[in-house]
Amino acid sequence: MTTTPIEIGLLLAGILFSLGLIGVLVRKNIIFILMSIEIMLNAAGLAFILAGARWAQADGQVMFLFILTMAAAEVSVGLAIILQFYHLFKTLNADAASKMRG
Amino acid sequence: MFDYLWIVPFLPMLGFIILAVFGGRISRSLVALVGVGSVGLSALLVIIIGLQFLIDPPAGYAFTQVVWQWINVGQLTPAIAFRLDALSLVFCFVVTFVGFLIHLYSSEFMEEDDGYSRFFAYMNLFVSSMLMLVLADNLLLLYLGWEGVGLCSYLLIGFWYKDPENGYAARKAFVVTRVGDTAMAIGLFLLFTSFGTLNIQQLMDSASQNWAVGSSLAIFAAVLLLGGAVGKSAQLPLQTWLPDAMAGPSPVSALIHAATMVTAGVYLIARTHVIFELAPPIQLVVAIIGALTLLISGFSAITQVDIKRVLAYSTISQIGYMFLALGVGAWSAGVFHFMTHAFFKALLFLGAGVIIISLHHEHNMFKMGGLRKQLPVTFWTFLIASGSLAAFPLVTAGFYSKDMIIWYAWSGEKGNVLLWLAGVFGAFITGIYTFRMVFVTFFGEAKMKVDRKPGRRLLIPLMVLAFLSVFAGVIELPDTMGHLKLFSGFLHSILPPVESLHESAGTELIFQIITAVLALSGIFLAYFFYMKKFRTVEDITRGGLAAMLRKYWFAGWGFDWLYDHIFVFPIVWFSQINKNDFIDLFYNGIAGLNRYFHRELKRTQSGQLRWYAMGILIGALITITIVVFI
Repeated sequence: MTTTPIEIGLLLAGILFSLGLIGVLVRKNIIFILMSIEIMLNAAGLAFILAGARWAQADGQVMFLFILTMAAAEVSVGLAIILQFYHLFKTLNADAASKMRG
Repeated sequence: MFDYLWIVPFLPMLGFIILAVFGGRISRSLVALVGVGSVGLSALLVIIIGLQFLIDPPAGYAFTQVVWQWINVGQLTPAIAFRLDALSLVFCFVVTFVGFLIHLYSSEFMEEDDGYSRFFAYMNLFVSSMLMLVLADNLLLLYLGWEGVGLCSYLLIGFWYKDPENGYAARKAFVVTRVGDTAMAIGLFLLFTSFGTLNIQQLMDSASQNWAVGSSLAIFAAVLLLGGAVGKSAQLPLQTWLPDAMAGPSPVSALIHAATMVTAGVYLIARTHVIFELAPPIQLVVAIIGALTLLISGFSAITQVDIKRVLAYSTISQIGYMFLALGVGAWSAGVFHFMTHAFFKALLFLGAGVIIISLHHEHNMFKMGGLRKQLPVTFWTFLIASGSLAAFPLVTAGFYSKDMIIWYAWSGEKGNVLLWLAGVFGAFITGIYTFRMVFVTFFGEAKMKVDRKPGRRLLIPLMVLAFLSVFAGVIELPDTMGHLKLFSGFLHSILPPVESLHESAGTELIFQIITAVLALSGIFLAYFFYMKKFRTVEDITRGGLAAMLRKYWFAGWGFDWLYDHIFVFPIVWFSQINKNDFIDLFYNGIAGLNRYFHRELKRTQSGQLRWYAMGILIGALITITIVVFI
């Protein structure tokens, strides 16, 4: 069985990360921003898995588990903030948050 | 009893603390009790300790008591330690005993003053600091006392602070003495870096072992110490503060500016005499300063009209005698004159104080006159003190001490004819200005009515001091009269005797007669001018050179004018231009730059979440670029 070269995988992770980043930057809807952050996190996780496979170390998968847990926690907090945000501003536009002025 | 030595400076300090904390809440009589009592107990203790010192002297004629370790950093380990030897005992006795009499006097003198407790608090602090100064076993503690008395001097000169003139006089005294103190502090640094200790005895021992006579370090150290002494003792060229210091109440002038603090310079030089002996040129300078000062301020004293200013110039002049004695190596003669001077000059100031409060705070002598009948006790005691000041032969203490100085100024190993001439001529001038003051104040027509009779607490100190002004001289009689050397013998354990080149008693007698005749002729001159009025001074000084001289002397030889033009005006001018402080420009510039960046950076804090994300991205890219490519 031929192994996929690591460069391809890292390219995929990079593309995913960039997509997520662009999503964070261009989207106004705060839910989409949150989703984009998830994509970035998963891109980073993918990079870890690839690195772990490349050097045949378990560390990469361990790190991915960490990222997964962290992402779950992040989403729960993020969603709670979004609910409050919507409650306060009656909109999901992230720019509305600038009204808080620090 | 020596173990109780620490209580001597502690008692006045306790008095100060009590008065400073509770002074406003306790009655006036209690204030007086605390203020006078603390110094009185201290004086009693000094007398007891002194008696034991005389009867059963401690080993080596010195007793050191370490109270606690003050500082312990590397080599610098000064302790709060008191050292009692013959020299400090004499000073302690004068400070506490004369101090006690002056405190007693003040309890009546200041009776109607609002700042009664404040006054006694300051006075007690002064006595405590002065005792610390004279008892200190290391130079750092001495310096603490030195600055303490300077502070009290400042506080008490400006005691009546509502008059801005008094505040000005206080500041002047503080700043001028600070010039000398700075020199002294540098001197202490020099001694410390040279020997690694500030303990006076160790310093003197190592100095005499390690420094050759006339070595440059010894000369520097002596010059710097002399600077401190000159500032404190109001000698040339730092004498200008003392006449203005008369702005303070009369007891303050008596205690601080006549009897004790101004002689701290004499104490310092006597205490560090080893260093001065290692620097013969500087010791000669001490004598020259003394001789010049005693002449200059004597001439100024002749022209003054304010009774306290006459006494102030006279004090400068008499301390000049002490410096002259120290300069020719007659250490114990200087200390002896310090003691007799403390008695009679304190008495003169206290007498002047009685006159001043009896006449509604009138200071001008020429408005007084004829007080002999109205204030008899004051007159007689004042006359005795004046006789002592003018060295009236045989019967006064001042004669013996001054004669001793004048004799050694010529016969001492380091003396010479010019110093002797200055001393003798100074005695002549002293006679003139002293009795001019007496005749103008007490004789002639009464020009003002005394409306307040002095009470017992004013007169008892006068009488005790008058007794001492007469009889303090008999403990030290010259070779020609009894050859009694109690005082200098007592001091020989700490101060070496003077080497006299001319031992012949006949010569000494001739010199004594010259001195006595000149002092008496000064008195007679004053008598002819101010009692007989055979020619008034106004006649002589109507115009021309004499009038100019008189004006010049009246202004204290123009030293104030000179210093104003050299130091004060340029500094005032410069500070006026530099009101906004050009050094601040730099710091204000830094602050301005920060404010500018702050303003610019504030714009990035827009609250736009996605801009922040963009910022993070750009930052991360820049960091990665730097890490990867550079």
